[in-house]
Formats: sequence, structure tokens, C-alpha cells
Amino acid sequence: MLNPDLVGRTFPGATSTSVSQESINAFAAVIGESDTSMATPTYAITITLDQSQKLLQESGLDWTRVVHGEQRFDIKRPIVAGDTLRCDSTIESARVMAGNEIVTVRGDLFNGEELVVSTWSTLVVRA
Amino acid sequence: MSRFTAGQELAPHTFLINRALLVAYANASGDQNPIHQDEAFAKSVGLPDVIAHGMLTMALAGKYVADLAGGSASVKQYSVRFTKPVVVPAGVDVELIVSGKVSEITDAGDAKIDITAICADTKVLGMAKALVANA
Repeated sequence: MLNPDLVGRTFPGATSTSVSQESINAFAAVIGESDTSMATPTYAITITLDQSQKLLQESGLDWTRVVHGEQRFDIKRPIVAGDTLRCDSTIESARVMAGNEIVTVRGDLFNGEELVVSTWSTLVVRA
Repeated sequence: MSRFTAGQELAPHTFLINRALLVAYANASGDQNPIHQDEAFAKSVGLPDVIAHGMLTMALAGKYVADLAGGSASVKQYSVRFTKPVVVPAGVDVELIVSGKVSEITDAGDAKIDITAICADTKVLGMAKALVANA
């Protein structure tokens, strides 16, 4: 079980990720996108889910039992090569349903002071 | 000139998902969970076979929406529930059929699109919605 005191807390990203053209190209190639002047809409997950995983694992959650339940993106502008993105993670909710723990983590990606993309990942920890 | 009108049905598109695509997505996304690549491991945790990353299915349906809306820059919001796994047996191209319907044009002039993603006659995404610029 996640410590309920963590719900509502924001954990500022300790490091930043420099977005390379190569990583945008690789993601685009998988889904057949030929326009690589910007990242495709779900690219942000490559940064935010990793941060959520680290945060939740450090909080004692068993990642091997986690399945992805829901995902949401709010995109202020597309991510582009050269962005240096810091991910602030907020545990928005944690509840138990039918024995499974359901945790929603928001990831806010900032380029400097500019909020670029917010993601919400709802993760189900199977009982 | 607006692309979308409320109630408009959007032509379906079929994506093919196979094991090679799962490996490519794992490498591009950094999600190397073995349930998406290792058949023996997937079965050991109770899955019928290797399953696709939910985020791959979401990315492909996102490509569908972006194409209709004039490109990735038009996509403002996008959300899904992962309701059923996409099972990917070895040596098979699994069809993912994505379609959509414009549910609403907002006061701001954007289009809300309801997305349907079907694999093996089963809906694999629930409550899949996008908000896109309608230019």
C-alpha cells in the first residue's frame, strides 16, 4: 500500500531530459509518422512514466504488479528537439477497488518555466 | 474552412501490430517490460501470450487522430482507458482497426473526437477521446 500521506504531494524532477531529434525520430518511426519536426502526441510518456515508476517504487509500490489503466495528455504545444524537460510528479489519488490499488500520477513537463505537456497515468497494482 | 462537423463519422484505418513493432516500441519508449516481448514470461504471469504496450495502441490511435486533424500539432488533449489487452502471437500481423466520430465542436471551435479501437472483434480502448484544433 502506498502511504496515504503521499497523496497530493508534488515531487519536483531532480534531473532534466534533453530531447534529441533521434528519440523523436525513433518514436515517430514506430507509428509511421513522417513529420519529425515535432514529437507525436504521446511522446511525453517516454519521460513521465519513467519518473512515475521511480517515484512509486521509492514509495514502496511493487512495479511488477502494475498494469496501465488509463492515460491522459494535455498538450500545450508539441515537444520539439532541443527542449530540456523537467518532470514534476504529483500523486493525485490512491484508492483501493476490489483489492486492487489504483494510483493516479500527474507528470508536468517544464521547459524552463514553460509548462509544455501534462500527463495523467492511472496505474492499477494487482492484488 | 473547418475540417470537422459535429456528428461526422471518420473513416476507419487499420494498423498492423507484430512482434517486431513491439520491440521497436520498447526501444523507442524505454518500456522494456518482458510481457511485451517474452512469450514464456508473459504466460508465466497469466497472460495468454505476449501483449502490446497499451501506450503503443494509444500512440497508433493518436496517429489516426493527428492525420485527420492535419498533424501532431493539432492534438490538444487525448485520453484513453486500457480495457482489453492486444494479444500479439509470434509470426502474426494483428489488425488494430481505429475509427472515430466527431462528438462536438466546442465554443472555442475545437473538435471533440470519440475514438474506437478494435482488435479481434473486441474494443481494446475505452472512453478514448481527443480534442483537436478544427482548422
